[in-house]
This record gives sequence, C-alpha cells and structure tokens, in this order.
Amino acid sequence: MLRLVLRRIAWSVPLVFAVSVLTFVLLAVTPGDPTRAILGEEAPPEAYVQLRDRLGLNDPIYVRYWDWLRDAIHGDLGSSLFTAQPVTSAIATRIPVTIALVLGAMLLSTMIGVGLGVLAAIRGGVSGRVIDVLSLAGTAIPNYWLALVLVAVFAVRWPIFPATGYTTFAQSPTEWLRSLVLPIIVLAVGGFALLAKQTRDAMLDALSRDYVMTLRANAVSERSIIFKHVLRNASIPVVTVLGLKFAQLLSGTVIVESVFVLPGLGGLAVDATQRHDVAIVQGVALCFTFLVVGANLLVDLAYGWLDPKARVG
Amino acid sequence: MTEVLVSVAPAEPVAAEPGFIRRLLRRPLAVASLTFLNLAVLSAVFAPVLAPYSPTELDLSNVLSGPTWAHPFGTDDLGRDVLSRIMYGGRVTLVGAAIGVTVAFAVGVSAGLVAGYVDGWFDNAVNRVADMALAIPHIIILLVVLSVFGRNEKIAMVTFGLLVSPTAMRIIRGSTLAVRHELFVDAARVSGLTTRQIIVRHIVPRVSGAVIVLVSLISASAVLVETGLGFLGLGVPPPTPSWGELVAVASTQVHTQPWLLVPSGLLVAVSVLSFGLLGDAARDASTEGWQARTPQGRGPRRRAVVESAEAAVAERAEAEIQVPTGSLLSVRDLIVEFATPAGPVRVVDGVSFDVRRGDALALVGESGCGKSITARALIGLLPPGGYVAGGSCLFGGRDTVRLEAHALRKIRGSEIALVSQNAIACLDPVFTVRSQLGELVRIHEPRISRVAETARVRELLEMVHLPDPGAVARRYPHELSGGMAQRVAIAAALAGRPQLLIADEPTTALDVTLQAEILDLLCELQERTGMAILMISHDWGVVADLCRHAIVMYAGQVLEAADIEAIFEQPLHPYTAGLLLSNPQLGRPRQRLSAIPGAIPPPGRWPHGCRFHPRCSYATLECQLGPIPLLEHEQSRVARCIHSDQLRAKVSV
Repeated sequence: MLRLVLRRIAWSVPLVFAVSVLTFVLLAVTPGDPTRAILGEEAPPEAYVQLRDRLGLNDPIYVRYWDWLRDAIHGDLGSSLFTAQPVTSAIATRIPVTIALVLGAMLLSTMIGVGLGVLAAIRGGVSGRVIDVLSLAGTAIPNYWLALVLVAVFAVRWPIFPATGYTTFAQSPTEWLRSLVLPIIVLAVGGFALLAKQTRDAMLDALSRDYVMTLRANAVSERSIIFKHVLRNASIPVVTVLGLKFAQLLSGTVIVESVFVLPGLGGLAVDATQRHDVAIVQGVALCFTFLVVGANLLVDLAYGWLDPKARVG
Repeated sequence: MTEVLVSVAPAEPVAAEPGFIRRLLRRPLAVASLTFLNLAVLSAVFAPVLAPYSPTELDLSNVLSGPTWAHPFGTDDLGRDVLSRIMYGGRVTLVGAAIGVTVAFAVGVSAGLVAGYVDGWFDNAVNRVADMALAIPHIIILLVVLSVFGRNEKIAMVTFGLLVSPTAMRIIRGSTLAVRHELFVDAARVSGLTTRQIIVRHIVPRVSGAVIVLVSLISASAVLVETGLGFLGLGVPPPTPSWGELVAVASTQVHTQPWLLVPSGLLVAVSVLSFGLLGDAARDASTEGWQARTPQGRGPRRRAVVESAEAAVAERAEAEIQVPTGSLLSVRDLIVEFATPAGPVRVVDGVSFDVRRGDALALVGESGCGKSITARALIGLLPPGGYVAGGSCLFGGRDTVRLEAHALRKIRGSEIALVSQNAIACLDPVFTVRSQLGELVRIHEPRISRVAETARVRELLEMVHLPDPGAVARRYPHELSGGMAQRVAIAAALAGRPQLLIADEPTTALDVTLQAEILDLLCELQERTGMAILMISHDWGVVADLCRHAIVMYAGQVLEAADIEAIFEQPLHPYTAGLLLSNPQLGRPRQRLSAIPGAIPPPGRWPHGCRFHPRCSYATLECQLGPIPLLEHEQSRVARCIHSDQLRAKVSV
C-alpha cells in the first residue's frame, strides 16, 4: 500500500515540473511583446522598457525560470500583471468554489452513472441500449449550450434557480446551494456516460464469476449478492475511472463558471486569458495539476482499500 | 524457399478489410451521420453561393425575429440572418477542427506506428510522455497558450492537436503491435523489405480501421473544443462568425429571444453526435470483418428462444412417482435442455437415481457427459439458457425442479449444499473468510448473536480440520492455499447443516496428497453429521474411497448403476469397463495405458441407437438400430447394454 502511494508521488513530481516548464516556456516564446498587450499601444516608450525590466523579460530564460521556481517553492507565484494581487491569494479565495462544484458534480454523476450501470447489468436488454443512447447524448451536447438551456428554462422561464452569481455558504446556506444546483447538473451530465458503461461492464463480469454461483448455492439472497458482493467487486475497476473523471470535471469548470459567473478557478483562468494575465493563468494551470495529482492519489488509496489483492504490492 | 517468400511479399498494398466501406454504409446511423456531415461541409464550402444573406448584413428593422419565411432560423440582435451565419460560421469551425485533427493525426499516428513497430526506448519514452499529457486537463493548457498568443485560433487548435495526439498514439500503437506479430510481417522482414516499406505497405492498411475510428472521435472532440473557445470569446475575433460565437450571441439574448439557442446549439450537438456515431459504426464495421458472427444474437431472436424454453417447462405433466422408502433424494427421468438460436439442445436425457439418507453416491463420467449439469439442476442453479424440460427431483416431499425461487433458497444450504472445484474462485475475493462464513451462519440462523456467530464460524473451521482457525478466518481468499480454500468451501457448505452435500469434482484441482486428505475429511464429516453425499467425479480412485454406489453417465444418459464393489468386480457396460481399465493407477510399467478410442459426442450430436457404439469394441448392428433401454440385472443393478453377458465372460479387473 505504501509502495503504491510512493510510486504515485514519484510519478507526480516530474508531471508538475513538466507543466511548470511548459507554461513557462510558452510565456518565453511569445512572438509579440507582452508589454504591448498589457499596456496597450498608446503608452510612452519608457513605460514599455520599465515594464520589461520589472517583469525580468530581458534576462535569459533559464535565469527567469530559476527565479520563478525559487519563488514558487516559497509559495510565491508572482502577481497578477493587472491587479498586482498575488497569484496565490487570488487562487486561494477561489479554490473553495471550484472544489464545491467539482465534488458536487462528482457525487451526482457517480450516483447517476453507477445507478444506471447497475440497472443495466441487472435488467439487461433495453436498458443497455438506453444507457448507450444517454451516454452518447451526454458526451455530444456541448456543456456551454446545456448550461444556457437550463438557464433559459429554470432561471428565466421559471425562476427557480439564479441564472448567474454565487452566494457564499457563510452568507446563506440555502442560497449557496441554489446557486450551485444548475452548474453542478451541467457538469455532471457530460460525465456519467463513462461511469455507467464501466459499471455495467464490471458488474456483468463479476456476475459471471464462480463465486456468485457459490453464493447462490449457499442461499445468499439475490439482493445481498448484487448490492453487497457484486457491487463491491465491480467497484474496483470503476474507481480507477474516477481519477480521469476528476480531471474531466475540472476542465468543465472553466466553461461552467464562465456561464454562471461563479468566482472559481475556471472563471479566473478565462478572465485572465482574455487580459493576457499570464502569471495568473500559469498559477491556475499549476493548481489544476496539483488537484489532479491529489485526486489520483486519493483514488489509488481507495483502490487499495477496496481490493485486498492490491495491498500486497 | 525463396519463391515462397517472394510470393508472400506483394508488390502492392493488400486491401485492408475487404468491403469495409460497404459494411459501414450498411448501417443506417453511419449513413445518416455521413449525410449530415457532408451537408454541413458542403454548405460551409459553398456558403458564398448558397447563403441567402451576407453574414454581416444588418437588418435592424427585423431584430430578434423567430423563424420566418425570410429568415428560416431567425435573426440575432443586430438583425443578421442566423442561417447565413451558420453557413459562414461552418467555414471557421470546421477548418479549426480540421487543423486540430490533422495535427493530432500526423503526430499521433506516426509516433504510434513507429513506437508499435520499432519498440525499445522510443516506445518507452513515448509512453511516458503520453501518460503525462493525459493527466493534465487540456483546456487549461489551451488557456495558457491563448493568454500568451492572444486570440489565435490556429495556434489554439494546433495545441489541441498536440494535446490529443497521445490518445491517437496509444491506439495506433496498440493496433500496430497486434499486427506486427503476425506472420506475414516476419516474412516480409526476412525477405528484405526495409522497416519503412513494411510499415507503409503492410501495417498501415491493416490499421486503417482503427484510424478511421480515431479520426471520427478526435473530430468530435475538436468541434467541441473549437466551439467552446469560440463561446468564451477566445476564438476568431468578430465580426467573423463561428458556431461557438453564435451560441455566445444567443446567450446574451436568453431573456428576450431564447429561440436563438436552438439552431446554434443543436448544430454543434448534432455535428458532434454524427462524428461520434460514425466512429462507433466504423469500429463495429472494422471488427466485423475479423470476428465470426456469434450465433447468440440479442433482441427479438433471443427473446423468442427463451420464451419457447419457458413454454416447454410449463408443459411438463405431473407424473406419478414411486419413491423408495429411506430415499432422501429421488431423481426421475430428469431432462435438461439449453435454449440456443438453433433450437433447444438436450444435455441431460432421462437420468434417474436415488440417494438414501446418510449414503454416498457417485456420478461418474467424462467431461461433457452431463453430470455437473445434473447436479446443478437439482438445486436450480443451471447456467443461463438452461432449463429442466422434464422429469422430477423429489426431496423431502417436494419436487425441487418445480419450486419457486424463494422456496429453492430455503432448501439450498440448509438441506442441500454444493461444493465445487477450484475453491479459491468460489470465494468472494474482497471479503475475509470470517466475514463470508459469518454471513452464511446468519442466513441459516437469523437471530444468532454476534458472539455465538463467531463461535459457530470457529466451530465450522475446526470441523474441517484447519490448523489455527483464528488466523485463517482473518485471511482473504487469495491468501489461502488450494487445500485450505477447499476446506473453507466445505465449511461454508456445512454452515446450514445440510442433509445432502453435492461435491462437484472437489479434488480435481488438488494434488494427490491433498486429495486423500479432503476425501478423508468428507468421510469423517459424513459419519459425524449423518449427511448424504452425492460425489461427481471422473476419477474412480476418488470415488472408490468415499462412495458405496455409483452411477456411470455418458452423453446425457445413465449407462450403468450399481454398488461400487460390484462395478469393480464385474462391470456390465463396455464403457464402464473401459473407464476402469484406463485408470492410471492400474498402469503397468513399460506398458501402454489403456484408453477408450474416440471422444465423447457433444450434446446435439448424439449417435442414433446406443450412444457409445462408435467407440465400443462389442458393438453390433443391433446397437445402432434404436435406443437401448436400461436392462435390469441381479441385485437391482442396471446397465444400458445388450451385450453385458459378453462382458461377464471376460476376466474382470
């Protein structure tokens, strides 16, 4: 078990490193002049020179990267080129929103996906086709469009939920929930397909095993067989999908937070991109990478807990 | 030798899977998708000619109209015709998607081909890179690129292509690996073709099916990404329309003209759907060429087959049965069939036997004779598609083959228990021994206390002579040895204190010493608990140790039934005699082990007349004429043979 965790951590370090190098290199090879993008075209020439100096753009790239890395390890990811707010604080205030969104969507899509998968495995026949159709629809419908349709129906036509905006939990728990319902639904819809398919396949496989027949021979009830034994066994391959799911959902927050105007990391990244605020976008990219790594670590731990055979090595 | 090699390396590339396009076009969804996509592409290419209006033409008197004759898809907030904007927008979106797909394809496919074929460090390196790239959420990298380069759709889509290329690489690598190991590639290599020639001429055509699927799926993804970026205002700058931008415009008018959402969004959704369906259809069409169609179909045909099976079951007539006294289990004329698309196949054909209280009966025969199926039919555990088509099985005054599921559950475990071979596979891998045994104890004694349950589990483990029961109870099935697992399985079977234990080849997977131990255990358990045993085996040695009576089965029928000693002393059926002679324990050094020539006929292909006659050295013309009945002999022995007397004349084993 420990080896599993250590292996995962060892694999993650070069990944985070690679992402940081990648984003930094992209910054360095910009063809245009970032100072022009920031200051516009009308500023006096000295302003551009001063900005280039301040941003360290005249140093060789490896010096710049080392400076950045040294700062980053100390928790300083630079500041926004526009608001001068430290990147880390901008991220910190927004992480809770994104996490709430992703966890909520994870929960919803797992419930729907696993539920559909179990149903299809037990009933078979038509429900299998239904899953295929729903899954296809789920992946084909653009999430930005679905968001708008839900807003049109549930926020404009029948004002049940707010169309945009976010209330913190501290201000009002019910409002907080209401502001998250539509975004979570949009995020979850795109993702239950894979889970449903994996669950169904895993359950059908488990149902065909010898121990299921032995359980029946020993008079264990069908209900117990399916929900205690088969589901538990089937959850092992399904759990490995959850890490991938998390990364997908995180990607989805970019659009969902933009449409619903939620103050999360995704919305921050889009705003910063439009303003060429590279430091912020880079910070968010690193943050995303950390989150994905963390999620995969948790998935590995869950896998080890669920599968006794995995604990040995 | 060289002529063979020369002929094997053809001058032109071999056609991939003949008829792939034809197969693809036979699927209605694929045709629909292709039609739609062609329509979209054509309307985009010929937009300047086909579009009714210019995309930037304003009609401020006609703002935000719904669908009208003049504007079939309505107008937006500046009076621009939506249909025309869609057509012009297609040029941007489809080109952007095409860039992404091309880059992904070029990089991924070439890397995949080389990695799959060349192997070695390149393969490893490429895999590592792919792993990393797949872990990062793509969109954030796209945002990083866009924050640096500004609104540059071409660069964004190239980046997308690079980010997606590892997926393409993986798939192509997989296909290449599969093809590389085939013989004709080795032959081509030996005949002197260079690596590049081999890849181009031989591997590429075979991998083309996977490629088409890949292109479709990446295209679907590319359209979603391109329109997503367009929606966020990060695509081409206005006033150039793109599909994503159309949705963005619609989003500003959600309160005033929600209709605008419909044409824009549906278009993207249907395009993505078309690519996806095309990919699925292409995947099905390409694998179809390689796999034989399995006879078991889904849908209406299978339903009809199962329904006819159920009808057959309902038609069984009630029969009057004479049950001998002292008989625990009485099977009479049991018939088991399997439903197949070709019709019902009979596997067990009129088997009858009795098991008396505390007795030990063996069902002996080769694999495929129907003995395991018979046993499983007794407790209603036939594999899917199997059903009892006739006969009865009386146990405790009830006919088990006619019982409902909940009544059967009451019998299983507590009155009739089953132990199979390969015990480790018969235990749930994610629960400990203690947990599984405890569950069974609770089922048979629902109100038992936790303390009593633990004690009973321990008692069961001690009954099967497991050393250190406490330690074993804490283990998981994969931590048990074969012999220990078999003992645990037996303990599980005993949890309900059954009157009859069906042991289906319980020692086949074990070595000889363990075999003896398990048989001794079964013997002892019988004496202790007074339960009867129905032992299924193909091994006479195993059977002789434990059982007093034996039934010999062959091709779904009982061929002989007698006491064990009587059979050993004087078999009355040539098959039994052959089986006894071929027992390895009778082998003499430097002499060929006797074996019955030929093989057991499978269900559905049983010979007319005596089913053993093709392999029998006593067979005469009469044996082929009609079914041979079970003939009675002394001491209520029966044998299904008309030449038993000839066997008597021979010296027995």
